[in-house]
Amino acid sequence: MTLIITAAAALVVTALRFFLPKQGARLHLGALALMYAGASLMWCVDGIASLVEGESFVELADASAMADDALLGAYVIGLGLLAWLVVLVFKRITTRRTAGEAH
Amino acid sequence: MACFIVPGSEAIVASIVKRLIADKQVASPGQDTTKTEDTRATQPKLSLKTKLSWLTGMLWGGALLLALEHVWHGEVVFYPPFLTAMADPADTAVMLQEMGTVGVGMAVLVTVAWLVMVLVADNLPALRNALAKRQNATSPTNEAASGEGA
Repeated sequence: MTLIITAAAALVVTALRFFLPKQGARLHLGALALMYAGASLMWCVDGIASLVEGESFVELADASAMADDALLGAYVIGLGLLAWLVVLVFKRITTRRTAGEAH
Repeated sequence: MACFIVPGSEAIVASIVKRLIADKQVASPGQDTTKTEDTRATQPKLSLKTKLSWLTGMLWGGALLLALEHVWHGEVVFYPPFLTAMADPADTAVMLQEMGTVGVGMAVLVTVAWLVMVLVADNLPALRNALAKRQNATSPTNEAASGEGA
């Protein structure tokens, strides 16, 4: 479930980056999309490892486990947004400093 | 158990390489502004630094979000030895095996995905040109055909 939520977030952010190129570049949406895409790819490998061990790729049978994974997915999205905000602030400061040095 | 450490380590190495390349570009500016050979493709080529920032973005982001998952499942704690599997030698062996299989697999898959992205980005101007040429080649015949139809 965490994989599904993160992959969906990666798709949404990538679509926003491509359909709103100006705003996407200004807000560094690419960094957020890469973050979610990287995590999705890594969880894909985790899912394949589960398949090899005889388990399911994504846990969908147990409702409580699914709810727990969905909550984790929400936290993952939140942490991704937080990391993206840090990147955004850092890039703004770096750009401002570079512009100041140029003057 | 600690599979995110492998892509995290690759992220550190890729970040160092990116930094070294950035320093080199500052030392010898102007190398990055090469245009593609085809005059119709006016877009400048993407620098290696930009491409490496895609890789580091995926690796750092993925490792960070996976670390949260490990904290959630109690596999990573905020006090020594930080990895709960380190407390028991048998668990440590399992952890190392998982790092060697799943962790390496994660790093390889992300790197392969990045290589595909780089290949697509490098060939995008050529693909656009080919599409534009094909459209130009087919449009007069289309107009002629529509003229005949009228």
